[in-house]
Amino acid sequence: MKHFKETTMKFLFFLTACISIAAVILICIFLFASGIPAIKEIGIFKFLFGTTWKPANNLYGIFPMIIGSLYVTAGALFIGVPIGILTAVFMAYFCPKSIYKPMKSAIHLMAGIPSVVYGFFGLVVLVPFVRETFGGRGMSVLTASVLLGLMILPTVISISETSIRAVPKSYYEGGIALGASHERSVFFTILPAAKSGIFSSVVLGIGRAIGETMAVMMVAGNQAIIPERITSGVRTLTTNIVLEMGYSTDLHREALIATAVVLFVFILMINLSLSLIKRKVK
Amino acid sequence: MATLFSKKWHSYKQDPKSLLLFLLVCLAACITMIALLFIIGYILVKGIPHLTPELFDIKYTSKNVSLLPALVNTLFIIVLSLFFAVPVGISAAIYLAEYAQRGNKVVHIINLTTETLSGIPSIVYGLFGSLFFVKYLGFGLSLLSGACTLSIMILPLIMRTTQEALKNVPDSYREGSFGLGAGKLRTIFSIVLPCAIPGILSGVILGIGRIVGESAALIFTAGTVAEIVPTIFSSARTLSVHMYALSGEGLYINQTYATAVVLLIVVIFINMVSNFIAKKIGKNTIKN
Repeated sequence: MKHFKETTMKFLFFLTACISIAAVILICIFLFASGIPAIKEIGIFKFLFGTTWKPANNLYGIFPMIIGSLYVTAGALFIGVPIGILTAVFMAYFCPKSIYKPMKSAIHLMAGIPSVVYGFFGLVVLVPFVRETFGGRGMSVLTASVLLGLMILPTVISISETSIRAVPKSYYEGGIALGASHERSVFFTILPAAKSGIFSSVVLGIGRAIGETMAVMMVAGNQAIIPERITSGVRTLTTNIVLEMGYSTDLHREALIATAVVLFVFILMINLSLSLIKRKVK
Repeated sequence: MATLFSKKWHSYKQDPKSLLLFLLVCLAACITMIALLFIIGYILVKGIPHLTPELFDIKYTSKNVSLLPALVNTLFIIVLSLFFAVPVGISAAIYLAEYAQRGNKVVHIINLTTETLSGIPSIVYGLFGSLFFVKYLGFGLSLLSGACTLSIMILPLIMRTTQEALKNVPDSYREGSFGLGAGKLRTIFSIVLPCAIPGILSGVILGIGRIVGESAALIFTAGTVAEIVPTIFSSARTLSVHMYALSGEGLYINQTYATAVVLLIVVIFINMVSNFIAKKIGKNTIKN
Protein backbone atom coordinates (compact mmCIF):
# COMPACT_ATOMS: atom_id res chain seq x y z
CA MET A 1 0.00 0.00 0.00
CA LYS A 2 2.75 2.39 1.00
CA HIS A 3 4.73 1.47 -2.05
CA PHE A 4 1.69 2.15 -4.21
CA LYS A 5 1.29 5.63 -2.71
CA GLU A 6 4.94 6.44 -3.27
CA THR A 7 4.87 5.45 -6.93
CA THR A 8 1.59 7.22 -7.69
CA MET A 9 2.83 10.41 -6.13
CA LYS A 10 6.10 10.16 -8.00
CA PHE A 11 4.14 9.76 -11.21
CA LEU A 12 1.95 12.72 -10.29
CA PHE A 13 4.99 14.92 -9.66
CA PHE A 14 6.38 13.79 -12.99
CA LEU A 15 3.13 14.67 -14.77
CA THR A 16 3.06 18.18 -13.34
CA ALA A 17 6.68 18.64 -14.36
CA CYS A 18 5.65 17.77 -17.90
CA ILE A 19 3.07 20.58 -17.95
CA SER A 20 5.72 23.03 -19.08
CA ILE A 21 6.47 20.77 -22.05
CA ALA A 22 2.76 20.57 -22.81
CA ALA A 23 2.45 24.34 -22.54
CA VAL A 24 5.23 24.98 -25.03
CA ILE A 25 3.79 22.40 -27.43
CA LEU A 26 0.30 23.91 -27.13
CA ILE A 27 1.61 27.42 -27.70
CA CYS A 28 3.49 26.23 -30.79
CA ILE A 29 0.50 24.32 -32.16
CA PHE A 30 -2.00 27.12 -31.69
CA LEU A 31 0.26 29.85 -33.01
CA PHE A 32 1.59 27.88 -35.96
CA ALA A 33 -1.79 26.38 -36.90
CA SER A 34 -3.27 29.83 -37.45
CA GLY A 35 -0.10 31.59 -38.50
CA ILE A 36 1.49 29.28 -41.05
CA PRO A 37 -1.56 29.04 -43.40
CA ALA A 38 -1.74 32.84 -43.39
CA ILE A 39 1.94 33.10 -44.28
CA LYS A 40 1.37 30.59 -47.08
CA GLU A 41 -1.62 32.47 -48.39
CA ILE A 42 0.20 35.78 -48.38
CA GLY A 43 3.45 34.25 -49.59
CA ILE A 44 6.40 33.97 -47.25
CA PHE A 45 8.55 36.41 -49.19
CA LYS A 46 5.76 38.97 -49.51
CA PHE A 47 4.96 38.59 -45.83
CA LEU A 48 8.48 38.92 -44.45
CA PHE A 49 9.88 41.43 -46.95
CA GLY A 50 6.80 43.29 -48.12
CA THR A 51 7.12 46.94 -47.14
CA THR A 52 3.44 47.87 -47.04
CA TRP A 53 1.05 46.87 -44.31
CA LYS A 54 -2.44 47.79 -45.49
CA PRO A 55 -4.94 45.21 -44.29
CA ALA A 56 -7.76 47.13 -46.01
CA ASN A 57 -6.07 46.50 -49.38
CA ASN A 58 -5.00 42.97 -48.49
CA LEU A 59 -1.35 43.98 -48.29
CA TYR A 60 0.39 42.27 -45.41
CA GLY A 61 4.10 43.05 -45.42
CA ILE A 62 5.67 43.09 -41.98
CA PHE A 63 9.14 44.24 -43.04
CA PRO A 64 8.64 47.72 -41.53
CA MET A 65 7.73 46.11 -38.21
CA ILE A 66 10.72 43.76 -38.27
CA ILE A 67 13.00 46.73 -38.97
CA GLY A 68 11.15 48.74 -36.32
CA SER A 69 11.70 46.05 -33.70
CA LEU A 70 15.38 45.81 -34.63
CA TYR A 71 15.90 49.59 -34.52
CA VAL A 72 14.17 50.00 -31.20
CA THR A 73 15.98 47.03 -29.66
CA ALA A 74 19.34 48.26 -30.95
CA GLY A 75 18.62 51.71 -29.56
CA ALA A 76 17.66 50.23 -26.19
CA LEU A 77 20.91 48.26 -26.10
CA PHE A 78 22.92 51.32 -27.07
CA ILE A 79 21.53 53.13 -24.06
CA GLY A 80 20.91 50.36 -21.56
CA VAL A 81 23.96 48.13 -21.95
CA PRO A 82 26.82 50.59 -21.19
CA ILE A 83 24.94 52.16 -18.30
CA GLY A 84 23.85 48.76 -17.02
CA ILE A 85 27.30 47.15 -17.11
CA LEU A 86 28.99 50.18 -15.54
CA THR A 87 26.36 50.28 -12.80
CA ALA A 88 26.94 46.57 -12.19
CA VAL A 89 30.69 47.27 -11.88
CA PHE A 90 29.89 50.07 -9.45
CA MET A 91 27.74 47.78 -7.33
CA ALA A 92 30.27 44.98 -7.24
CA TYR A 93 33.52 46.91 -6.73
CA PHE A 94 32.96 50.61 -6.04
CA CYS A 95 29.86 50.81 -3.92
CA PRO A 96 30.24 51.89 -0.26
CA LYS A 97 28.64 49.27 1.98
CA SER A 98 26.09 51.71 3.37
CA ILE A 99 24.44 52.44 0.01
CA TYR A 100 24.68 48.92 -1.43
CA LYS A 101 21.51 47.59 0.16
CA PRO A 102 19.19 50.49 -0.73
CA MET A 103 20.61 50.49 -4.23
CA LYS A 104 20.04 46.77 -4.65
CA SER A 105 16.43 47.02 -3.55
CA ALA A 106 15.95 50.07 -5.77
CA ILE A 107 17.03 47.98 -8.75
CA HIS A 108 14.66 45.22 -7.69
CA LEU A 109 11.90 47.80 -7.60
CA MET A 110 12.89 49.06 -11.03
CA ALA A 111 12.39 45.54 -12.38
CA GLY A 112 8.96 45.39 -10.77
CA ILE A 113 7.47 48.62 -12.10
CA PRO A 114 4.69 47.67 -14.53
CA SER A 115 5.32 48.43 -18.17
CA VAL A 116 2.18 50.59 -18.38
CA VAL A 117 3.68 52.87 -15.74
CA TYR A 118 6.90 53.10 -17.74
CA GLY A 119 4.84 53.75 -20.84
CA PHE A 120 2.80 56.45 -19.18
CA PHE A 121 5.94 58.09 -17.84
CA GLY A 122 7.37 58.01 -21.36
CA LEU A 123 4.18 59.53 -22.72
CA VAL A 124 4.03 62.46 -20.31
CA VAL A 125 7.76 63.17 -19.88
CA LEU A 126 9.91 61.71 -22.65
CA VAL A 127 7.60 62.40 -25.59
CA PRO A 128 7.29 66.16 -24.95
CA PHE A 129 11.01 66.32 -24.17
CA VAL A 130 11.99 64.66 -27.45
CA ARG A 131 9.48 66.78 -29.37
CA GLU A 132 10.95 70.01 -28.04
CA THR A 133 14.62 69.05 -28.26
CA PHE A 134 14.84 67.01 -31.44
CA GLY A 135 11.73 68.07 -33.33
CA GLY A 136 9.21 65.77 -34.95
CA ARG A 137 6.16 64.50 -33.16
CA GLY A 138 7.99 63.21 -30.14
CA MET A 139 6.66 59.70 -30.56
CA SER A 140 9.68 58.15 -32.19
CA VAL A 141 12.39 55.52 -32.41
CA LEU A 142 14.46 57.66 -30.06
CA THR A 143 11.77 57.90 -27.38
CA ALA A 144 11.04 54.19 -27.49
CA SER A 145 14.76 53.38 -27.36
CA VAL A 146 15.38 55.56 -24.31
CA LEU A 147 12.39 54.12 -22.49
CA LEU A 148 13.31 50.53 -23.34
CA GLY A 149 16.91 51.26 -22.40
CA LEU A 150 15.67 52.18 -18.93
CA MET A 151 13.45 49.12 -18.79
CA ILE A 152 16.22 46.63 -19.58
CA LEU A 153 18.59 48.21 -17.01
CA PRO A 154 17.56 46.01 -14.06
CA THR A 155 17.99 42.83 -16.13
CA VAL A 156 21.42 43.85 -17.37
CA ILE A 157 22.56 45.12 -13.96
CA SER A 158 21.55 42.19 -11.81
CA ILE A 159 22.85 39.46 -14.12
CA SER A 160 26.09 41.31 -14.90
CA GLU A 161 26.64 41.96 -11.20
CA THR A 162 26.21 38.28 -10.34
CA SER A 163 28.69 37.25 -13.01
CA ILE A 164 31.20 39.95 -12.00
CA ARG A 165 30.99 38.76 -8.40
CA ALA A 166 31.49 35.16 -9.52
CA VAL A 167 34.99 35.93 -10.82
CA PRO A 168 37.57 34.77 -8.23
CA LYS A 169 38.95 37.60 -6.11
CA SER A 170 42.47 36.36 -6.88
CA TYR A 171 42.23 37.84 -10.38
CA TYR A 172 41.71 41.26 -8.88
CA GLU A 173 44.44 40.74 -6.29
CA GLY A 174 46.85 39.65 -9.00
CA GLY A 175 46.15 42.88 -10.86
CA ILE A 176 46.74 44.97 -7.74
CA ALA A 177 49.92 43.03 -6.93
CA LEU A 178 51.29 43.84 -10.36
CA GLY A 179 50.87 47.51 -9.59
CA ALA A 180 47.62 48.20 -11.46
CA SER A 181 45.18 50.66 -9.94
CA HIS A 182 41.84 49.53 -8.49
CA GLU A 183 40.01 50.65 -11.63
CA ARG A 184 42.47 49.04 -14.02
CA SER A 185 42.35 45.75 -12.11
CA VAL A 186 38.57 45.69 -12.24
CA PHE A 187 38.27 46.67 -15.89
CA PHE A 188 41.15 44.68 -17.35
CA THR A 189 41.14 41.50 -15.26
CA ILE A 190 37.67 41.05 -13.77
CA LEU A 191 35.50 42.25 -16.67
CA PRO A 192 37.15 40.06 -19.35
CA ALA A 193 36.75 37.06 -17.05
CA ALA A 194 33.05 37.84 -16.52
CA LYS A 195 32.48 38.34 -20.23
CA SER A 196 30.18 35.40 -20.89
CA GLY A 197 27.87 36.26 -17.98
CA ILE A 198 27.73 39.87 -19.09
CA PHE A 199 26.99 38.73 -22.61
CA SER A 200 24.09 36.60 -21.44
CA SER A 201 22.72 39.59 -19.53
CA VAL A 202 22.76 41.52 -22.79
CA VAL A 203 20.99 38.69 -24.60
CA LEU A 204 18.30 38.61 -21.91
CA GLY A 205 18.01 42.37 -22.31
CA ILE A 206 17.45 41.88 -26.04
CA GLY A 207 14.70 39.40 -25.22
CA ARG A 208 13.00 41.84 -22.90
CA ALA A 209 13.30 44.75 -25.34
CA ILE A 210 12.01 42.87 -28.36
CA GLY A 211 9.07 41.46 -26.41
CA GLU A 212 7.97 44.65 -24.70
CA THR A 213 4.59 45.78 -25.90
CA MET A 214 2.55 48.27 -23.93
CA ALA A 215 5.31 50.74 -23.07
CA VAL A 216 6.52 50.84 -26.67
CA MET A 217 3.03 51.25 -28.02
CA MET A 218 2.45 54.31 -25.84
CA VAL A 219 5.54 56.19 -27.03
CA ALA A 220 6.50 54.91 -30.49
CA GLY A 221 3.87 56.54 -32.71
CA ASN A 222 2.98 53.23 -34.37
CA GLN A 223 3.17 54.22 -38.05
CA ALA A 224 3.62 51.06 -40.12
CA ILE A 225 6.42 52.44 -42.27
CA ILE A 226 10.17 52.05 -42.12
CA PRO A 227 11.40 55.01 -40.03
CA GLU A 228 13.68 57.40 -41.89
CA ARG A 229 15.08 59.33 -38.95
CA ILE A 230 15.38 58.58 -35.27
CA THR A 231 12.69 61.15 -34.69
CA SER A 232 10.12 59.46 -36.92
CA GLY A 233 7.45 57.15 -35.60
CA VAL A 234 7.89 53.41 -35.61
CA ARG A 235 5.82 50.28 -35.17
CA THR A 236 7.25 47.07 -33.74
CA LEU A 237 6.11 43.46 -34.17
CA THR A 238 4.56 43.40 -30.71
CA THR A 239 2.62 46.63 -31.05
CA ASN A 240 1.36 45.59 -34.47
CA ILE A 241 -0.45 42.70 -32.77
CA VAL A 242 -1.96 44.69 -29.91
CA LEU A 243 -3.06 47.60 -32.07
CA GLU A 244 -5.13 45.64 -34.56
CA MET A 245 -6.07 42.40 -32.82
CA GLY A 246 -9.16 43.96 -31.31
CA TYR A 247 -11.02 44.55 -34.55
CA SER A 248 -9.34 42.21 -37.04
CA THR A 249 -11.06 39.34 -38.82
CA ASP A 250 -10.19 36.48 -41.19
CA LEU A 251 -6.87 36.84 -43.03
CA HIS A 252 -6.05 40.06 -41.22
CA ARG A 253 -6.37 38.28 -37.90
CA GLU A 254 -4.31 35.36 -39.11
CA ALA A 255 -1.65 37.72 -40.42
CA LEU A 256 -1.41 39.18 -36.92
CA ILE A 257 -1.00 35.72 -35.46
CA ALA A 258 1.67 35.11 -38.11
CA THR A 259 3.37 38.27 -36.80
CA ALA A 260 3.41 36.61 -33.40
CA VAL A 261 4.94 33.52 -35.02
CA VAL A 262 7.79 35.65 -36.37
CA LEU A 263 8.23 37.19 -32.93
CA PHE A 264 8.17 33.73 -31.36
CA VAL A 265 10.88 32.53 -33.74
CA PHE A 266 13.01 35.55 -32.82
CA ILE A 267 12.60 34.70 -29.13
CA LEU A 268 13.46 31.03 -29.75
CA MET A 269 16.63 32.14 -31.53
CA ILE A 270 17.53 34.36 -28.57
CA ASN A 271 16.89 31.49 -26.13
CA LEU A 272 19.00 29.16 -28.24
CA SER A 273 21.93 31.56 -28.27
CA LEU A 274 21.55 31.97 -24.51
CA SER A 275 21.80 28.23 -23.87
CA LEU A 276 24.77 28.07 -26.27
CA ILE A 277 26.55 30.72 -24.20
CA LYS A 278 25.77 28.79 -21.03
CA ARG A 279 27.07 25.54 -22.50
CA LYS A 280 30.27 27.25 -23.57
CA VAL A 281 30.86 28.41 -20.01
CA LYS A 282 30.44 24.89 -18.68
CA MET B 1 40.73 60.03 5.77
CA ALA B 2 42.07 63.25 4.31
CA THR B 3 45.49 61.75 3.70
CA LEU B 4 43.91 58.71 2.08
CA PHE B 5 41.95 60.98 -0.19
CA SER B 6 44.95 63.05 -1.19
CA LYS B 7 46.96 59.88 -1.79
CA LYS B 8 44.23 58.58 -4.04
CA TRP B 9 44.03 61.92 -5.80
CA HIS B 10 47.76 61.82 -6.36
CA SER B 11 47.62 58.37 -7.91
CA TYR B 12 44.74 59.48 -10.13
CA LYS B 13 46.81 62.44 -11.31
CA GLN B 14 49.47 60.07 -12.55
CA ASP B 15 46.93 57.73 -14.08
CA PRO B 16 44.15 59.77 -15.69
CA LYS B 17 42.70 56.69 -17.37
CA SER B 18 41.84 55.20 -13.98
CA LEU B 19 40.20 58.45 -12.97
CA LEU B 20 38.18 58.42 -16.15
CA LEU B 21 37.00 54.86 -15.53
CA PHE B 22 36.12 55.73 -11.94
CA LEU B 23 34.10 58.74 -13.05
CA LEU B 24 32.32 56.72 -15.75
CA VAL B 25 31.30 54.06 -13.27
CA CYS B 26 29.98 56.63 -10.81
CA LEU B 27 28.18 58.48 -13.57
CA ALA B 28 26.42 55.31 -14.74
CA ALA B 29 25.31 54.46 -11.20
CA CYS B 30 24.01 58.01 -10.76
CA ILE B 31 22.08 57.87 -14.04
CA THR B 32 20.41 54.62 -13.01
CA MET B 33 19.40 55.88 -9.59
CA ILE B 34 18.31 59.31 -10.81
CA ALA B 35 16.19 57.76 -13.56
CA LEU B 36 14.41 55.52 -11.08
CA LEU B 37 13.91 58.25 -8.49
CA PHE B 38 12.71 60.63 -11.17
CA ILE B 39 10.13 58.17 -12.51
CA ILE B 40 8.78 57.36 -9.05
CA GLY B 41 8.99 60.93 -7.78
CA TYR B 42 7.31 62.39 -10.85
CA ILE B 43 4.40 59.97 -10.70
CA LEU B 44 3.96 60.44 -6.95
CA VAL B 45 4.11 64.25 -7.06
CA LYS B 46 1.68 64.47 -9.96
CA GLY B 47 -0.61 61.72 -8.74
CA ILE B 48 -1.01 62.02 -4.99
CA PRO B 49 -3.02 65.30 -5.10
CA HIS B 50 -5.56 63.55 -7.35
CA LEU B 51 -6.17 60.57 -5.07
CA THR B 52 -9.76 61.60 -4.42
CA PRO B 53 -12.39 59.47 -2.63
CA GLU B 54 -14.34 59.24 -5.91
CA LEU B 55 -11.52 57.19 -7.38
CA PHE B 56 -12.30 54.53 -4.80
CA ASP B 57 -16.00 54.41 -5.46
CA ILE B 58 -17.44 50.92 -5.49
CA LYS B 59 -19.09 51.51 -8.85
CA TYR B 60 -17.22 52.51 -12.01
CA THR B 61 -18.78 55.24 -14.12
CA SER B 62 -17.24 57.22 -16.95
CA LYS B 63 -17.46 60.22 -14.65
CA ASN B 64 -15.57 59.05 -11.60
CA VAL B 65 -13.37 56.48 -13.45
CA SER B 66 -13.12 54.60 -10.17
CA LEU B 67 -10.19 52.24 -9.86
CA LEU B 68 -11.61 50.19 -7.02
CA PRO B 69 -13.33 47.56 -9.22
CA ALA B 70 -10.08 47.06 -11.11
CA LEU B 71 -8.20 46.72 -7.84
CA VAL B 72 -10.64 44.08 -6.60
CA ASN B 73 -10.40 42.26 -9.92
CA THR B 74 -6.63 42.30 -9.65
CA LEU B 75 -6.93 40.57 -6.29
CA PHE B 76 -9.28 37.96 -7.77
CA ILE B 77 -6.99 37.26 -10.68
CA ILE B 78 -3.97 36.95 -8.37
CA VAL B 79 -5.76 34.41 -6.19
CA LEU B 80 -7.04 32.42 -9.15
CA SER B 81 -3.71 32.37 -11.01
CA LEU B 82 -1.83 31.32 -7.89
CA PHE B 83 -4.45 28.65 -7.27
CA PHE B 84 -3.48 27.09 -10.63
CA ALA B 85 0.21 27.84 -10.77
CA VAL B 86 1.46 27.29 -7.22
CA PRO B 87 0.49 23.63 -6.67
CA VAL B 88 1.63 22.67 -10.16
CA GLY B 89 4.84 24.67 -9.89
CA ILE B 90 5.75 23.26 -6.48
CA SER B 91 5.01 19.69 -7.42
CA ALA B 92 6.96 20.03 -10.68
CA ALA B 93 9.87 21.47 -8.72
CA ILE B 94 9.66 18.57 -6.26
CA TYR B 95 10.03 16.16 -9.16
CA LEU B 96 12.98 18.04 -10.61
CA ALA B 97 14.78 18.52 -7.29
CA GLU B 98 14.00 15.30 -5.44
CA TYR B 99 13.29 12.57 -7.97
CA ALA B 100 14.89 13.43 -11.28
CA GLN B 101 18.13 11.70 -12.10
CA ARG B 102 21.01 13.57 -13.62
CA GLY B 103 21.34 13.23 -17.36
CA ASN B 104 17.72 12.15 -17.84
CA LYS B 105 16.53 13.17 -21.31
CA VAL B 106 13.02 14.14 -20.18
CA VAL B 107 14.41 16.31 -17.39
CA HIS B 108 16.62 18.04 -19.92
CA ILE B 109 13.59 18.76 -22.11
CA ILE B 110 11.60 20.00 -19.10
CA ASN B 111 14.38 22.43 -18.20
CA LEU B 112 14.64 23.58 -21.79
CA THR B 113 10.90 24.22 -22.14
CA THR B 114 10.74 25.97 -18.77
CA GLU B 115 13.47 28.31 -19.93
CA THR B 116 11.62 28.85 -23.20
CA LEU B 117 8.40 29.67 -21.32
CA SER B 118 10.14 32.28 -19.20
CA GLY B 119 11.45 34.02 -22.31
CA ILE B 120 8.18 34.25 -24.24
CA PRO B 121 6.89 37.85 -24.39
CA SER B 122 3.59 38.54 -22.71
CA ILE B 123 1.85 39.53 -25.92
CA VAL B 124 2.48 36.03 -27.33
CA TYR B 125 0.94 34.60 -24.16
CA GLY B 126 -2.01 36.91 -24.64
CA LEU B 127 -2.49 35.75 -28.20
CA PHE B 128 -2.16 32.11 -27.21
CA GLY B 129 -4.64 32.64 -24.38
CA SER B 130 -7.16 34.20 -26.71
CA LEU B 131 -6.79 31.33 -29.20
CA PHE B 132 -6.76 28.50 -26.66
CA PHE B 133 -8.64 29.47 -23.50
CA VAL B 134 -11.01 32.06 -24.94
CA LYS B 135 -11.88 30.40 -28.26
CA TYR B 136 -10.88 26.75 -28.20
CA LEU B 137 -11.92 25.88 -24.64
CA GLY B 138 -14.78 28.37 -24.82
CA PHE B 139 -14.07 30.26 -21.60
CA GLY B 140 -14.75 33.53 -23.41
CA LEU B 141 -13.21 36.84 -22.42
CA SER B 142 -13.16 36.12 -18.72
CA LEU B 143 -11.33 36.21 -15.45
CA LEU B 144 -10.78 32.46 -15.86
CA SER B 145 -9.07 32.80 -19.27
CA GLY B 146 -6.90 35.58 -17.93
CA ALA B 147 -5.91 33.62 -14.84
CA CYS B 148 -5.11 30.48 -16.89
CA THR B 149 -2.88 32.50 -19.23
CA LEU B 150 -1.12 34.21 -16.34
CA SER B 151 -0.62 30.95 -14.48
CA ILE B 152 1.33 29.50 -17.43
CA MET B 153 3.30 32.73 -17.49
CA ILE B 154 4.36 32.59 -13.85
CA LEU B 155 4.80 28.80 -13.77
CA PRO B 156 8.52 28.87 -14.73
CA LEU B 157 9.18 31.51 -12.08
CA ILE B 158 7.58 29.44 -9.32
CA MET B 159 9.24 26.24 -10.53
CA ARG B 160 12.68 27.82 -10.59
CA THR B 161 12.49 29.49 -7.16
CA THR B 162 10.99 26.38 -5.52
CA GLN B 163 13.64 24.17 -7.08
CA GLU B 164 16.32 26.51 -5.77
CA ALA B 165 14.74 26.51 -2.29
CA LEU B 166 14.54 22.70 -2.23
CA LYS B 167 18.16 22.41 -3.29
CA ASN B 168 19.21 24.66 -0.42
CA VAL B 169 17.75 22.27 2.18
CA PRO B 170 20.81 20.38 3.49
CA ASP B 171 20.97 16.68 2.57
CA SER B 172 21.57 15.78 6.21
CA TYR B 173 17.91 16.62 6.92
CA ARG B 174 16.80 14.06 4.36
CA GLU B 175 19.26 11.48 5.62
CA GLY B 176 18.08 12.02 9.19
CA SER B 177 14.50 11.48 8.14
CA PHE B 178 15.33 8.36 6.14
CA GLY B 179 17.38 7.12 9.08
CA LEU B 180 14.35 7.39 11.32
CA GLY B 181 12.44 5.18 8.91
CA ALA B 182 10.35 7.76 7.05
CA GLY B 183 9.58 7.12 3.39
CA LYS B 184 10.47 9.49 0.60
CA LEU B 185 7.02 11.11 0.45
CA ARG B 186 6.89 11.75 4.18
CA THR B 187 10.42 13.14 4.09
CA ILE B 188 9.45 15.56 1.34
CA PHE B 189 6.21 16.74 2.90
CA SER B 190 7.18 16.94 6.56
CA ILE B 191 10.90 17.73 6.43
CA VAL B 192 12.02 19.23 3.13
CA LEU B 193 9.02 21.34 2.11
CA PRO B 194 8.59 23.15 5.45
CA CYS B 195 12.26 24.15 5.36
CA ALA B 196 11.87 25.48 1.83
CA ILE B 197 8.77 27.58 2.53
CA PRO B 198 10.46 31.01 2.70
CA GLY B 199 12.13 30.39 -0.67
CA ILE B 200 8.89 29.21 -2.22
CA LEU B 201 7.10 32.22 -0.79
CA SER B 202 9.57 34.62 -2.37
CA GLY B 203 8.88 32.96 -5.73
CA VAL B 204 5.14 33.33 -5.19
CA ILE B 205 5.58 37.01 -4.37
CA LEU B 206 7.64 37.57 -7.49
CA GLY B 207 4.80 35.88 -9.36
CA ILE B 208 2.27 38.24 -7.77
CA GLY B 209 4.42 41.16 -8.86
CA ARG B 210 4.33 39.92 -12.43
CA ILE B 211 0.57 39.45 -12.36
CA VAL B 212 0.01 42.96 -11.01
CA GLY B 213 2.17 44.50 -13.71
CA GLU B 214 0.81 42.48 -16.60
CA SER B 215 -1.35 44.13 -19.21
CA ALA B 216 -0.55 42.87 -22.72
CA ALA B 217 -1.45 39.27 -21.88
CA LEU B 218 -4.74 40.28 -20.29
CA ILE B 219 -6.34 42.58 -22.84
CA PHE B 220 -7.27 39.72 -25.17
CA THR B 221 -7.95 37.13 -22.48
CA ALA B 222 -9.63 38.86 -19.54
CA GLY B 223 -11.03 41.79 -21.48
CA THR B 224 -11.56 45.32 -20.28
CA VAL B 225 -14.90 45.49 -18.46
CA ALA B 226 -14.51 47.89 -15.55
CA GLU B 227 -16.85 46.23 -13.08
CA ILE B 228 -16.22 43.94 -10.16
CA VAL B 229 -16.65 40.45 -11.62
CA PRO B 230 -19.82 38.63 -10.59
CA THR B 231 -18.46 35.19 -11.67
CA ILE B 232 -15.15 33.91 -12.95
CA PHE B 233 -16.70 33.66 -16.41
CA SER B 234 -17.15 37.40 -16.76
CA SER B 235 -14.74 39.81 -18.32
CA ALA B 236 -12.71 41.99 -15.97
CA ARG B 237 -9.92 44.53 -16.20
CA THR B 238 -7.07 44.53 -13.72
CA LEU B 239 -5.43 47.68 -12.42
CA SER B 240 -2.70 47.71 -15.08
CA VAL B 241 -5.21 47.25 -17.89
CA HIS B 242 -7.39 49.92 -16.28
CA MET B 243 -4.48 52.32 -16.30
CA TYR B 244 -3.70 51.52 -19.91
CA ALA B 245 -7.33 52.11 -20.88
CA LEU B 246 -7.40 55.44 -19.03
CA SER B 247 -4.19 56.71 -20.57
CA GLY B 248 -5.43 55.64 -24.00
CA GLU B 249 -8.58 57.72 -23.66
CA GLY B 250 -6.51 60.80 -22.84
CA LEU B 251 -9.38 62.56 -21.09
CA TYR B 252 -8.50 61.59 -17.55
CA ILE B 253 -4.84 62.49 -17.31
CA ASN B 254 -5.03 63.38 -13.59
CA GLN B 255 -6.86 60.21 -12.72
CA THR B 256 -4.28 58.26 -14.70
CA TYR B 257 -1.55 59.75 -12.53
CA ALA B 258 -3.51 58.76 -9.44
CA THR B 259 -4.01 55.23 -10.75
CA ALA B 260 -0.29 55.01 -11.45
CA VAL B 261 0.34 56.02 -7.84
CA VAL B 262 -1.87 53.21 -6.55
CA LEU B 263 -0.14 50.75 -8.90
CA LEU B 264 3.28 51.93 -7.74
CA ILE B 265 2.29 51.65 -4.08
CA VAL B 266 1.12 48.06 -4.66
CA VAL B 267 4.40 47.22 -6.41
CA ILE B 268 6.51 48.87 -3.69
CA PHE B 269 4.57 47.01 -1.04
CA ILE B 270 5.13 43.67 -2.82
CA ASN B 271 8.82 44.52 -3.06
CA MET B 272 9.04 45.28 0.63
CA VAL B 273 7.42 41.96 1.54
CA SER B 274 9.81 40.07 -0.72
CA ASN B 275 12.81 41.92 0.79
CA PHE B 276 11.56 41.03 4.24
CA ILE B 277 11.32 37.35 3.32
CA ALA B 278 14.72 37.42 1.65
CA LYS B 279 16.18 38.76 4.89
CA LYS B 280 14.55 35.92 6.80
CA ILE B 281 16.01 33.34 4.43
CA GLY B 282 19.44 34.90 4.90
CA LYS B 283 19.13 34.54 8.67
CA ASN B 284 17.97 30.93 8.44
CA THR B 285 20.87 29.84 6.30
CA ILE B 286 23.34 31.31 8.76
CA LYS B 287 21.73 29.30 11.55
CA ASN B 288 22.20 26.11 9.59
